[in-house]
Amino acid sequence: MKILVFVKQVPDTTDVKLDPKTGNLNREGVVSMMNPLDANGIEAALQLKEKYGATVDVVSMGPPQAMDVLKKALAMGCDEAFLLSDRVFGGADTLATGYTLAKAAEKIGDYDLLIFGRHASDGETAQTGPVTAAFLGVPQISLAKSLDVQDGWAVCTRDTEDATETVRAKLPALVTVCAEINTPRYASGKGIIQAMKKPRTTWNHEDLGADPAKCGIPGSPSETKRLFEPKHEKVDTVIFKGEPEEIAKQFVDMLEAQHLL
Amino acid sequence: MTKNEANGIWVFAEQRNGVLDKTPLELIAKALELKETIGEEVTAVLMGQDVAGLADSLIAYGADKVIVAEHANLKVYSARPYQKVAVELVNKYKPSIFIFPATAQGRDLAPRVMCTLGTGLTADAVDLGFDDEGAFVQTTPAFGGSLLAHIAIPELRPQMVTVRAHVFDAREPDFSRKGEVIVETVEVDADPDYEVLSVEPIVKNGVAIHEAEVLVAGGRGIKNEEDLAQLRELASLIGGELACSRPLVDDGWLDHSLQIGQSGTTVKPKFILNIGISGSVQYMVGMQKAQTIATINTYDRAELFDITQYGVVADYAKIVPAIIDEIKARK
Repeated sequence: MKILVFVKQVPDTTDVKLDPKTGNLNREGVVSMMNPLDANGIEAALQLKEKYGATVDVVSMGPPQAMDVLKKALAMGCDEAFLLSDRVFGGADTLATGYTLAKAAEKIGDYDLLIFGRHASDGETAQTGPVTAAFLGVPQISLAKSLDVQDGWAVCTRDTEDATETVRAKLPALVTVCAEINTPRYASGKGIIQAMKKPRTTWNHEDLGADPAKCGIPGSPSETKRLFEPKHEKVDTVIFKGEPEEIAKQFVDMLEAQHLL
Repeated sequence: MTKNEANGIWVFAEQRNGVLDKTPLELIAKALELKETIGEEVTAVLMGQDVAGLADSLIAYGADKVIVAEHANLKVYSARPYQKVAVELVNKYKPSIFIFPATAQGRDLAPRVMCTLGTGLTADAVDLGFDDEGAFVQTTPAFGGSLLAHIAIPELRPQMVTVRAHVFDAREPDFSRKGEVIVETVEVDADPDYEVLSVEPIVKNGVAIHEAEVLVAGGRGIKNEEDLAQLRELASLIGGELACSRPLVDDGWLDHSLQIGQSGTTVKPKFILNIGISGSVQYMVGMQKAQTIATINTYDRAELFDITQYGVVADYAKIVPAIIDEIKARK
């Protein structure tokens, strides 16, 4: 079985601020990391590898430094890494990203299972997996809470608003995983050393045979017009002060006034 | 498809087992607001089998038209058959805006429809409107909710978007309203490569947080899991439910169904007490419509105090037990 896991390098989201003068993202000092749910995707792939035997390739699209997250994936136990890096890919929305990732999947070829994290922590669209599945024409299971492979089908549980479904999709299929699916392993020291010998490849749009008009900004129908920090109407806050017992009295007076007791 | 040929605001009227999801009714209300600006009709798109009876409800909630596509192979949701039919309908009628609920089904389906149509799709919007230049923009939190973004799809149509549940209020239904029901004959094969093997209804304990009138929510400031018992007790004393912000779900202390915020549930309770929550954008987006907001936090400059009517700047571990004792003393 050949599994492709797709990972994204994201900024550590709690650090992101806008430059007050330019209104642009201030990336200075912002730490990058692997999208947390992608680590769940890697873990799911590695568990299948341990159970049934598989090769696990890991793919990322991003600037050259995104190789860092691929190295981490190799250290966790993935077998081979592919970085899709090209200025042409920059500024892609989910349609252009899905197109590029699908091109990479086709070039790697012979895949049985494609695994994505449910969403990336920066854009939080949860679209790239389904869009890639649509480009490849394969069935998808989104929001998987569990994943197994039985008789050539991916079998997953997933939650809708009012039910837990067990569904299956015939391989080749694409699965997006939720955090509940597993606890990602840490890379061991041995894994980090082994990772240095594992193959890593960087591809540009020509390597993929990708149409530049369908990549990056030209291939993106949607655009971010503005990023802003939300403004709230500040309200007057009554602050209860004193010893805990005094605060509790004032607080419970307020609860009574709100008819909550 | 290009701007000039597109007209109409569509709402995907998700149903499961022949029951309408409530979110499309909220989306119809918002679509009617958009209609006031651009004057385009609001159409609900209903797919399934034996679902035509739901069209009256959609009209009662404000839809001008309902397109009904019924087929045995649409009875149970499956991405590819739904994708095929939705794309055919769009290509036939050419709407300018297509709004989906950001439900499990909507999130599964909309990206595939977008891909086939080659247009744009904004995810998880918390507001829809028009900017100063008259462009249709979708407001969506980004970067973990620390920022908001205005996304637009300037050239291509339809402009697609998924919208969170409970963000907008549905209108009061008016069953005397008249509207047009268009029944579409569709041909679609079942997907031989996708099967729903079983469906177990989720048994919900207590009131879902979006339906609760009173909430006590804990966040990153909660020091250990055992302290949640205090929050639960306080919630129960004031007739409310326990909820939380994202860190407590990430830590595995509480279920995702209790999470308030952009990546959880939007709530509009009469009263909410926030304990140990500083107030990320994504959290505040999910609860800022609460009527009364109270906050307990050790950090007096926590963002959440900006929208808080009643605040306590102190350690909850001292204050919450004192409040519980005081309530019990008065009862």
